[in-house]
Amino acid sequence: MAIAPDLSGAMKGASVTLRRQKLSRLEKKEMRWGLAFLSPWMIGFLAFYFLPMIASFFFSLLDFNPAVPDQARFIGFDNWRRALFQDEEVWLSFIRTLHFSAISLPISLSFAFFLAILLNSKHVLGKTLYRTLFYMPSMIPLVATVLIWNGVLNEQTGWINVIIEKVTGIQATGTNGIRWLANPRLVYFAYTMFGLWGIGNAMIIFLAGLQGVPTELYEAAEIDGAGWLRRLIHITIPMLTPVIFYQLVLGVIYSLQYFLAPFVLNGGTGFPEGKTRFYMVYFYKQSFTFFNMGYGATLAWLMFIVALILTIILFGTARYWVYYAAEER
Amino acid sequence: MLRTAPSSGHVIPKAVRVAGMRLALTGLTLAVLFLFLIPMVYGVVTALKTDNQISKTGAPWWPASERTFTYEGKEYDIYKVPIGGEIKEWALYKKGRKSSLFIDPQNPDAGPIEWEGSWRQLDRVWEPDPQWSNFPEAWNTIDFIVLLRNTLMYAGITTFGAVLSAALVAYGFARFRIPGKNVLFMLMLSTVILPGAVTLIPTYFVFLQIGWVGTWLPLIVPAFFSWGTNVFLLRQFFMGIPRDLDEAAMIDGASPLRIFISIILPMSTPALTAVALFHFFWAWNDFFGPLIYLAGHPEKFPITVGLTAFNNLYSQNTNLIQAASLISAALPVVVFFLAQRVFMQGVVITGVEK
Repeated sequence: MAIAPDLSGAMKGASVTLRRQKLSRLEKKEMRWGLAFLSPWMIGFLAFYFLPMIASFFFSLLDFNPAVPDQARFIGFDNWRRALFQDEEVWLSFIRTLHFSAISLPISLSFAFFLAILLNSKHVLGKTLYRTLFYMPSMIPLVATVLIWNGVLNEQTGWINVIIEKVTGIQATGTNGIRWLANPRLVYFAYTMFGLWGIGNAMIIFLAGLQGVPTELYEAAEIDGAGWLRRLIHITIPMLTPVIFYQLVLGVIYSLQYFLAPFVLNGGTGFPEGKTRFYMVYFYKQSFTFFNMGYGATLAWLMFIVALILTIILFGTARYWVYYAAEER
Repeated sequence: MLRTAPSSGHVIPKAVRVAGMRLALTGLTLAVLFLFLIPMVYGVVTALKTDNQISKTGAPWWPASERTFTYEGKEYDIYKVPIGGEIKEWALYKKGRKSSLFIDPQNPDAGPIEWEGSWRQLDRVWEPDPQWSNFPEAWNTIDFIVLLRNTLMYAGITTFGAVLSAALVAYGFARFRIPGKNVLFMLMLSTVILPGAVTLIPTYFVFLQIGWVGTWLPLIVPAFFSWGTNVFLLRQFFMGIPRDLDEAAMIDGASPLRIFISIILPMSTPALTAVALFHFFWAWNDFFGPLIYLAGHPEKFPITVGLTAFNNLYSQNTNLIQAASLISAALPVVVFFLAQRVFMQGVVITGVEK
C-alpha cells in the first residue's frame, strides 16, 4: 500500500538540511490533519469497541443484574466455570449453531456460486434482468422474508407442500405431511431456504470474481482440449478461491450470531425440540430476558473466542487451498 | 487454429449447437428463477385472499371467493352439480340428506329443482375476488405510518452520520502519512468481523446509566463514529482519485478540509451513494439493536420490530401478515430497482478488492 503523498517531489532543489526541517514540519502538519480526519473512527473505536470489550471481560467476573446494580458481586471465574463445565445449554446451543451452519453455509454458497456461473454464461439470454430478480429478495427486510417463507412452508396451506403433493403424489400437506418448521430434522433445511433469499451479495461478488478471471486462461485450456467441467475445476474454482474464502469467513462469523429467524418465528423457545435455540438466542435470553448480564458477558466473550479460533483456523487452512494471483507479481 | 472440416453429417453445425445451449441454459435459469420467486408470488396471492379462503380445503390457489346467488331476497351458495353427464352451477336452495333443492341462476323463474345425492359431496363455485382492502387493513392495523416514520428517521439520520464520518475517516486513511496507519487500518477492518455481542453488555449498561435506553440515541449516536465496511469502500474509491488534483489545490493554498469538500467529495458521488444506500438498507433491516434498546416502547419501534410484534398478535391472519410483509419490503425493492447499478458496484468493491 503506497499511499503517502509524494510531497518530496515538490521540495526538490532545497538544501538537505532545510529540506529535512521543512519536511518534518510538513510531516507533522500532515499527521495532525490525518489524525483529525481519523478521529471519528478513533473515538468510536475506543468508545464502542475497545473499552466495551475490556469492560465486557470485567463484567464476566461479576454476578450482575442492571436492575439492581448495587447488588453486583465479584465472583471471580464462577461465570466461566458455569459456562464451560456446568451449563449444558452453552455447549448444546453452540453445537446446534455449528450444525446449522454446516448445513446452510455450503448450500447457500454453492447456490450463489451456481447462479453466478449461470449468469456469467454467454449462452444465457437476458442476464441483467435475471441478475436483478435473483438479487431482489436480498433487499426485502429479513423479518419480512422470514414471515413470507413461514407462510409458503406452512404444512397445511403453504405452496411448497401443495406443489410437492401435486407433482409427486406423496401426501405432503396436513399433519402427516412435511412439517418443515416443526420437524427437528427438517427445520435447519427450512431455515437454509430463507437464507437463500439473501444470497444476492455473494452472487454479485462471485459474478465479479468470474468476470475477473483472465480470458487467456480459458483460451489456452480450450486449445489444450479441456472441456467445460475441467475448466471449471482447474481454472474457475482456483481463481475464485480468494472470493470463496472471504465469503466463508464472513459466513462463519455471521452464522455464529444467527438470531433473527428463530426469534421472529417462535420467540426463541427453540421450537421444535430446542433445535433452534442457537447460541445467540441463548445469549439473548440470559442477558435480556433474565438480565444475567455478568453471565451474558461471559457468553459473549466465549463467542468472541470461538469466532477468533475459527477465523484463525480458516486463515491457517487458506495457504493450502486459496490461490492468490497477486503473490506471483 | 487448425480444425479439420466436418466430413460427415454426424457433426452438428455450430449454429445449431449454440442455439441448443442457449435454449437449455436460458431455460434452466428461468426454471431456477421461477422456483426462487415462488414464495414472492405466494406472498402476493395470499395477501389478496380472504381468511375464509385460506382455511378452506378445495379452494383455488388464486384469490377468490365463493359465488352466491340472491333469490327472493336471500343469498344461496352456488355448487357444481353433476347432472346428466354435465356440471351445472346451481344455487343450493334447500338442504336435504338424500336429495336437495337447487335453483338455476340462469333460469330462476323455473323454481327449485330437485337433485338426488348429498350436497356435502359437491364443490363450491369460486370466482376471482382479490381482497385489495387487505393492504389498507394491514397498514392500519400495524399502524404503519408510525413504523414508517420511525424507520425513516432512524435510517435517515444514521445514514447521514455514517456517510459523513466514513468519508472523513476514509480520506484520512487514503491521503495522509500517519505513523502506524497500516496497523490502524487493519484494526479497523477487524472490527468488521467482531461479533457485536462482545461489546454489547457494557455498552447497554452505560446507555442504561445515562438514561438512553428506551430512546433512539443508542442506535443513532454510534453511527456518527464511522463503521469499518463503509470506510473501507470509500477509502478504496478515494485512492483511485488522481492525486494531481489535490496537489494542484494544495499549491494554491487550499487546506485539506477544503480539498476534501471541493475535490474529493464531488468526485466520489457514486461511492458515497453506494455507502448511503447500504447504510440506509442496513438500518431499514436492523433488528437486534432496536429490539434491545426500544423494548417496551412500541411507539418507537421501527418496521422490523413492529412487524414481529404484529406477527405475534395476528399469526392466524396469514393474509394480513403477508400484506404487512410486502408493505415493509416495497420501498427497499423499489429503490433497489432504481439504483441497482450503483448498488451492485458497491457490493463488488467491498467483496472482491480485499
